[in-house]
Amino acid sequence: MSQAEDIETVDEDGVIESVSGPVVTAADLDARMNDVVYVGDEGLMGEVIEIEGNLTTIQVYEETSGVGPGEPVENTGEPLSVDLGPGMLNAIYDGVQRPLDVLEEKMGTAFLDRGVDAPGIDFEKEWEFEPTVDEGDAVEPGDVIGEVPETASITHKVMVPPDSDGGEVTSIEAGEFTVDEPVAELDSGEEITMHQEWPVREARPAEEKETPTIPLVSGQRILDGLFPIAKGGTAAIPGPFGSGKTVTQHQLAKWADADIVVYVGCGERGNEMTEVIEDFPELEDPKTGKPLMSRTCLIANTSNMPVAARESCIYTGITIAEYFRDMGYDVALMADSTSRWAEAMREISSRLEEMPGEEGYPAYLAASLSEFYERAGLFQNINGTQGSVSVIGAVSPPGGDFSEPVTQNTLRIVKTFWALDADLAERRHFPSINWNESYSLYRQQLDPWFRENVEEDWPEVRQWAVDVLDEEDELQEIVQLVGKDALPEDQQLTLEVARYLREAWLQQNAFHDVDTYCDPKKTYRMLQAIKTLNDEAFEALDAGVPVDEIANVDAAPRLNRMGTAEEWNEFIDELESDLEEQIRSLY
Amino acid sequence: MKEYQTITEVSGPLVFAEVDEPVGYDEIVEIETPEGETLRGQVLESSEGIVSIQVFEGTGGIDRNASVRFLGETMKMPVTEDLLGRVLDGSGNPIDGGPEIVPDERVDIVGEAINPYSREYPEEFIQTGVSAIDGMNTLVRGQKLPIFSGSGLPHNELALQIARQATVPEEEEGDDEDGSEFAVIFGAMGITQEEANEFMQDFERTGALERSVVFMNLADDPAVERTVTPRLALTTAEYLAFEKDYHVLVILTDITNYCEALREIGAAREEVPGRRGYPGYMYTDLAQLYERAGRIEGREGSVTQIPILTMPGDDDTHPIPDLTGYITEGQIVMDRDLNSQGIEPPINVLPSLSRLMDDGIGEGLTRADHGDVSDQMYAAYAEGEDLRDLVNIVGREALSERDNKFLDFADRFEEEFAQQGYDTNRTIEDTLEIGWDLLSMLPKEELNRIGEDLIEEHYREEEPEAAEVSAD
Ligand SMILES: Nc1ncnc2c1ncn2[C@@H]1O[C@H](COP(=O)(O)OP(=O)(O)O)[C@@H](O)[C@H]1O
Ligand SMILES: [Mg+2]
Repeated sequence: MSQAEDIETVDEDGVIESVSGPVVTAADLDARMNDVVYVGDEGLMGEVIEIEGNLTTIQVYEETSGVGPGEPVENTGEPLSVDLGPGMLNAIYDGVQRPLDVLEEKMGTAFLDRGVDAPGIDFEKEWEFEPTVDEGDAVEPGDVIGEVPETASITHKVMVPPDSDGGEVTSIEAGEFTVDEPVAELDSGEEITMHQEWPVREARPAEEKETPTIPLVSGQRILDGLFPIAKGGTAAIPGPFGSGKTVTQHQLAKWADADIVVYVGCGERGNEMTEVIEDFPELEDPKTGKPLMSRTCLIANTSNMPVAARESCIYTGITIAEYFRDMGYDVALMADSTSRWAEAMREISSRLEEMPGEEGYPAYLAASLSEFYERAGLFQNINGTQGSVSVIGAVSPPGGDFSEPVTQNTLRIVKTFWALDADLAERRHFPSINWNESYSLYRQQLDPWFRENVEEDWPEVRQWAVDVLDEEDELQEIVQLVGKDALPEDQQLTLEVARYLREAWLQQNAFHDVDTYCDPKKTYRMLQAIKTLNDEAFEALDAGVPVDEIANVDAAPRLNRMGTAEEWNEFIDELESDLEEQIRSLY
Repeated sequence: MKEYQTITEVSGPLVFAEVDEPVGYDEIVEIETPEGETLRGQVLESSEGIVSIQVFEGTGGIDRNASVRFLGETMKMPVTEDLLGRVLDGSGNPIDGGPEIVPDERVDIVGEAINPYSREYPEEFIQTGVSAIDGMNTLVRGQKLPIFSGSGLPHNELALQIARQATVPEEEEGDDEDGSEFAVIFGAMGITQEEANEFMQDFERTGALERSVVFMNLADDPAVERTVTPRLALTTAEYLAFEKDYHVLVILTDITNYCEALREIGAAREEVPGRRGYPGYMYTDLAQLYERAGRIEGREGSVTQIPILTMPGDDDTHPIPDLTGYITEGQIVMDRDLNSQGIEPPINVLPSLSRLMDDGIGEGLTRADHGDVSDQMYAAYAEGEDLRDLVNIVGREALSERDNKFLDFADRFEEEFAQQGYDTNRTIEDTLEIGWDLLSMLPKEELNRIGEDLIEEHYREEEPEAAEVSAD
């Protein structure tokens, strides 16, 4: 059944003029840009993307096979919006926020049929509402008026909609309500429900953007240790296929210390979404011990699903993220992959025969990308709370070549760059984030946090590691010409230490039960252990011990076992004292 | 059904005709030439009064007097279990002289996307008997794992070897416990008669034809038809898998020819071309093929895809392998140097990948040490490979003892692990034992990717005797 019949349509209906893939033109349709329309006899959902004279161009979010000229087009008169309210966590949506589980049930098949609509949140389910304001209190737009225990880990805050006028609360009561039953009434007569709608292409208002100073701790050593992202920050992960974009995004979705995770699978594989749906309910949030799924909202518009809905899924995701931000939560949004979103824009744009920019992308590519990343940040919300949206976008450059427009335009905006490297991936060095090319512009503003919460000398120890890795990079060039044995002994030792940095510290196996998450304190201690080897070894070298003997001490290879060690404090204590003892015994 | 004699333009594979009734997008069209030949096509764009039609069999013979009939439906594939054992042309018509096909159902060939919520994550190990695949890039049921090859390389031999040897170990002996059977769908796009014969002879020799459906679009068949052939094949595969409980292996060859056909159509439509002249929507188009693989919750069968593509200029950054790799769940890469060294199959494991491996292997599935052995062999082989460049400059003597061991490892890895021939069928046990033979060349402390308990259990303290295989 089509939602078209349920929605009151204005008398502005038109007629299809032509159909070409996802792009349909209609005549005599009275519509505004971005209005949602229902196309054809089956009522396929679409959005107005161009108006020219009597002709309106529509991008259709479903397959258009068999649709032809002469069929009707109905206008809803509403822009593309999401339904916001309790029930979005633990949910999985397509690109226009139709819940995929509901679609399966309604369609009665495992395949995505068309012409079926479903609201983004359940309108029948009753939620337990607890007021946080009293009758007589004055409330303003954005203010929290009550709470709903939404999932095991998240309390949903019911807010006065940002576009309301506010006023004095004349009635409010605890109880069980569906999302469109009023939970409060204002003196203006306005009734407030737990349900809001918001047009996806418009950022939700906030008071002010602030400079973030707290890291989004990911439990990934190379990220927390070398290239941290802030809560409210932006990051890009570009890399060729198979280099680890999706695994990194999944790792962040699993282990990042955000309150809420919005994961957008944009034009990627179906099975990767299935993996999340199957795995997350079984995994525990290291912070709360609750199932990870209860803080997660999934949006899946896979590569074979309609391309227009791929274009919109990014906006659906970021609007949901902003809504939770307004409640004062720290939200992390992963988009895998933003390149597919850009390609969807390109596909639609070329069907519109717009003037192409670089590599066929529309001229507004850069503007769209920066508008999207601009919606990230640490915000002072209009209700006085502080919330953040961190955005991490995967980028899939054709041929792995970072000079292409999507990568380049993204790098101009984001402040963290995790460069994936096919060469590292080939040798199964994971995560294959290239430590020479990557950067984080948040390092300095986050240092105080690391000093205070992990260890006072975190930035110094990190700098030591960076220097060793830099030096290795230079030495490797020489080694390629003359072999390692031709180097002076101190340089050979540096190479040995660098090897442990790479293999024992930077590498981290996402599929190992213990190694998959590394507490920042463990990250620090592992680094210190390698530094112990370094410091002891150089003293021994100064005392005349040959480098081979130093490198061959029994304890050294045990550095490689630190990541997988469960009782890591004890393990590292013992390892450090063995290293000291064994190396000192050489002279 | 209305008939028109209103063709206004013929251009490459496209025909434009005027209509006075609305025609649906993607609808099937029949064009009858004045000589009485019937050609089939599909509506590419439908506007008030005019449609553009893409003709599958080529537009030769069409003129202004040809008549155009719109069938009022999109393209359908008549499906039935009786298709097993049959050979069809690239448009789905029988060419084996067999009986007429009485369909059970007629199914739209533009398959609907599987709801990601309804999928079941693939994690059943398929033993192909090929060490470089089973050991290092494990295939699982419901995966899409292409072979990236180059012209003149033995990808067909490898595909046939997989089709012959593929089993799911605990289900050996024909049907598995849930009664599902194995079927092969072979979709040829633009391959030569000679290559086609190679496949057909092997199918006949091994009796595989009985449980196969073959779709043949050969090099001299119309290029536009190539855009239909894989959809017919996949529609048949989905029917057999999800309606009739078969475990279906789909081999599609050569995807490169398919993409050339897309490019040709794009050019005829005067579209703005994307990278290297291929259409900007090629990613979406390929995804609509490759994503038609997998498992579905509550259904017994599965669709596993092995598409083959030849990389133009052996370049894996070319749009065809590049877009493919971005969609498929890994890739098996054939290597020209290994081939000239006589390694059979010449699989280069370094750029190869199976993304579904991690969940399909390990204790209870293959063996507890599988993941670690694979990781370690990757790291060791990559290190040995790197050193080869250095050896060329400084010579072996200038290298440390440690480095020399890694060099030897890389050599033996190619000669003993990757090398096996197209008729050798190795169990996963055999494969992992060879792995340990090789890894035991390296000092224990170097095996930093392998759990200590596993080293204890499998590491050969003595110099390993040549390929003695434990069979427990
Ligand atoms: N941190 C990691 N630990 C272990 N394996 C990894 C890790 N990152 C990537 N991999 C391996 O690399 C493969 C490809 O990674 P993926 O994230 O899917 O690549 P991409 O999204 O860039 O194509 C994965 O299937 C996995 O085998
Ligand atoms: Mg990916």
